[in-house]
Amino acid sequence: MRLGIGWRLGLRMLRRDLAAGEVSILLAALVLSVCAVASIGFLTDRAGRALDIEANRLLGGDAVLRADAPIGEAPRLLARELGLASTETLSFPSMLGVGDALKLSDLRAMAEGFPLRGGFRLTDAADAPAYDATGIPPRGTLWLSRAGAETLGARVGDLVQVGETRLRLAALVVQEPDAALDYFNVAPKAYFHLDDLPATGLVQFGSRIRYRLVVAGEADAVDAWVSAQREDLARGQRIETIAEARPEVRSALERADRFLGLAALVSVVLAGIAVAMAARRHAERHLDGCAVMRCLGADRAMVLRIHGGELLALGLLGSALGLVLAWLLQWALGDWLALRLGMAIPGAGWMPAVHGLGVGFCVLLAFALPPILALRKTPAMRVLRRDIGAFEPGAALSMAAGLVGLAGLLWWKAGSASLGGVVLGGVAATLLVLALLGHALIHLLRAVRGRLRGPWRYGLANVTRRARSSVIQITALGLGLMAVLLLTLVRTDLIERWQAALPDDAPNRFLVNIQPDQLDAVRARLEAGGVIAPELPAMVRARLVSVNGEPVRGSDYTERGDRARRMAEREFNLSTASALREGDNEVVGGRFWSADAPAEDIELSVEERFAETLGWKLGDRVGFDLAGTPLEGRITSLRRVDWESFRPNFFVLVSPAGLRDMAASHIGAIRVPADNPRLTDQLVREFPTLSVVDIDAVLAQVRNTADQVATAVEYVFYFTLAAGLLVLLAAMAASQDERLREGSVMRVLGASSRQLRWAQLSEFVVIGVIAGLTAALAATLVAGAIALEVFDLPWHPDWRLAAWGALAGALAVGVTGLLMTRQVVSAPPAQTLRAL
Amino acid sequence: MDNPTPVHTAAPPERAIAMLEAEHLGKQVALPDGTLTILDDVSFRIDAGEAVAVVGASGSGKSTLLALLAGLDVPSSGEVRLAGAALSRLDEDGRARVRAASVGFVFQSFQLLPSLTALENVMLPLELAGHDDPAPAARGILGRVGLSDRLGHYPRQLSGGEQQRVALARAFVTNPRVLFADEPTGNLDTRTGQTIADLLFELNTQSGATLVLVTHDERLAARCGRRLRLVGGRLAS
Repeated sequence: MRLGIGWRLGLRMLRRDLAAGEVSILLAALVLSVCAVASIGFLTDRAGRALDIEANRLLGGDAVLRADAPIGEAPRLLARELGLASTETLSFPSMLGVGDALKLSDLRAMAEGFPLRGGFRLTDAADAPAYDATGIPPRGTLWLSRAGAETLGARVGDLVQVGETRLRLAALVVQEPDAALDYFNVAPKAYFHLDDLPATGLVQFGSRIRYRLVVAGEADAVDAWVSAQREDLARGQRIETIAEARPEVRSALERADRFLGLAALVSVVLAGIAVAMAARRHAERHLDGCAVMRCLGADRAMVLRIHGGELLALGLLGSALGLVLAWLLQWALGDWLALRLGMAIPGAGWMPAVHGLGVGFCVLLAFALPPILALRKTPAMRVLRRDIGAFEPGAALSMAAGLVGLAGLLWWKAGSASLGGVVLGGVAATLLVLALLGHALIHLLRAVRGRLRGPWRYGLANVTRRARSSVIQITALGLGLMAVLLLTLVRTDLIERWQAALPDDAPNRFLVNIQPDQLDAVRARLEAGGVIAPELPAMVRARLVSVNGEPVRGSDYTERGDRARRMAEREFNLSTASALREGDNEVVGGRFWSADAPAEDIELSVEERFAETLGWKLGDRVGFDLAGTPLEGRITSLRRVDWESFRPNFFVLVSPAGLRDMAASHIGAIRVPADNPRLTDQLVREFPTLSVVDIDAVLAQVRNTADQVATAVEYVFYFTLAAGLLVLLAAMAASQDERLREGSVMRVLGASSRQLRWAQLSEFVVIGVIAGLTAALAATLVAGAIALEVFDLPWHPDWRLAAWGALAGALAVGVTGLLMTRQVVSAPPAQTLRAL
Repeated sequence: MDNPTPVHTAAPPERAIAMLEAEHLGKQVALPDGTLTILDDVSFRIDAGEAVAVVGASGSGKSTLLALLAGLDVPSSGEVRLAGAALSRLDEDGRARVRAASVGFVFQSFQLLPSLTALENVMLPLELAGHDDPAPAARGILGRVGLSDRLGHYPRQLSGGEQQRVALARAFVTNPRVLFADEPTGNLDTRTGQTIADLLFELNTQSGATLVLVTHDERLAARCGRRLRLVGGRLAS
């Protein structure tokens, strides 16, 4: 097919413009936009696909009924009637011991027949080849996750202490599907035969066990079973099918995609600004050519075809390059992701590429098209008089088109107009603040300028004279620098300060699952081990059943939000106290019960935010079901709890009379004395059903997770920084002719190369310093807000950051600027003046 | 050339075809302190094959007249007929089509597209007119202006005289019926200017195009068959 003349000329123009570097910034900005969006899209798409493929394995069947209480016979009977195979698993946390090593682990007891779909992949040693397992570990044996075995220092053949029994380690599990994206779940995982469970003695009152009934068979029968179960779901039960496997992982993935996608769009916003500036300059430089073409008989449509064609070809080229880069990036990061997810991940689909292309063209249409469209109106008369047809591509139109395009992109990525609006508003507000700060600093410069001499004076004069361009450069680069500085602040400074702010005597171990008959012995061992007056409050698992006499279900709380619904639905822990513990509990409403309160009047003390979430007020009567025993009490006080005390705290406390005679387990938080670090290990050996949670390890895990999340965000923010630099380049390119002319005039007047270079450098350094200062100031403000709101820490601005920001800005702009404008110094003045 | 020889000496024959007609042309522009009249009631007729020089001092309205005649601008009053088309009845694109079909241009500042090579610059009007294979014709005429060895050069790689040769080649490659030349030697030194003028008249004679030459160079004007002198926006002779 032969291209029309317009397109052919457009392509030819593009070839020339590319060779002459005329469209480099436009192209780079496009590549960056597409690459930022597509690389994140590719990665999250791959993770999603991995999840789809693993769904079967994750479920171990076609559908699963999950419950936090034993599952009755009815679902099994129905499965049998429908001709479905069924089996079950129980999972719960407990301590595992190998030799001296003890670790809190995730245990999974599996019945014969599991998994109904898929299978485990095993190995005999960390570096041995993997093989497919059939079924589950034989009785008396156990499998450990490979990482778990490493943590425990266990080898195949070792005996592993599981509760009150010992099982022989028979193999290591290579694929740990359940670890997918579960950052906190780094505990060793153990798999063993359900028939071995009773011997462990681990299933006791108050144990937190998750029951799963797995079915598989004909699709119709599975559907029928799923529908029947859905209608008949008891409290705390949930149905999972392949399509909705691991909803928490899926939603984490969706959130990651959305968050990183939105972060990437911030760089698209900046790239859009660069595109708009570069396109405007591009159009200006083609004005004369368009006038000649109009003169030679090209109509408006032809001019539009030529320049629109060039733009379209540029868009295709930029998008293609962006996609290739994004593909290379996700390819390089794929291994990292596979390790993170704990599974092999398939290649990416083509949808992210389509999204990337969409973003590329959206940026192009919104930011580059208006000035190109304006080209078609170039008057032919301009060939005779260059002063006419002065080009004004409608700044308002450009901005409006850009904003509409941007809002569309954000809306699409955010998935909702409101979130899109919030992000757009946030970015706009940040840009505005940066612009205002930049403007104020430039204003200050005016006062200083008059006192300077020589090249510095000239350079500073340029900053203030080109104030608009300077503010744009400062704002764009400032946003990129701010993002990176903010991340550094939150990641290191805030988390370190938060950790340092924890009291020295804060507990560092939780003891869970202490049975009433062990209570006195455990207390005695702890005291003997150097723990002073350990608190071991009772804890009863309860489910909400009524409020003010009205029966309630989780769905009644849907209007109050997801959190309220989940809280009302799930089991949670009730505890009791004879008196309010000072220090981390404070009554903010009502009155805490006194020790001599009448026994028949059961009182409740509720944590204030929990009460607020569920809409409970003082005086409300709330009913619970405690494993079949009803309990109703009246809310007589609301408490504010300092959760960071790391002591056992409860949403709901019941006056002592309420839990008397109830079978409870006990929980404790202790600080292991420095001179007796093995205290809890000895405790677990003596009481095998007791579990110990190492808070130091949890904090390290929080830190590790924060680091990983920050790393992911950091990569995205580097796109933002690069986009900020592109805006800088575009702004410099826009003033290039003016700089060349001024430089030539200065040369004619006798300025040396050194003077010229200093003048240029001073201008760029000043812009860079202002951008860096602005960014540091804004980052400090945002970090301050995060410190106050999220970490509850006082705001301690670190002014060294301003110095770092200024230095980074000065370096970035100084080097870029000198490279961009080296022609100003090197070009012979006569040649430059003639050419312009 | 000390005594330039007019290439078209005689007045137009009575039955000649009118190629360009100006009827009571006027052009005014509004300024903050009143209206400025640039052209006032200008009427004339130029027949096919004629070579006419428009002369006058700076600011006399020469360039404005050229713009109106070529349909680059619209008059405030009056009418221009170019190759039979009444320009004021056409819109911007209609006038562009008339130019594409019948007009060639040579400018003082060459007006070559910097991003196109010499050959591509010359091919451009042919391509705009929809020619499928414009390269041979473009090569041919570049050969005639002596630039066979400069086909792949960009304008910035050519001297002023060479650039104007390319511009001449571009103007004649479409075999225009009317050629407008605006101070074609104005940016060149005397010797080069003369060479370019020779080439212009030579190509014009060969093509038989109607030439409208705007210049303040009396010697160059003398080489045309007729002169239209503008004084203060009015036709003096």
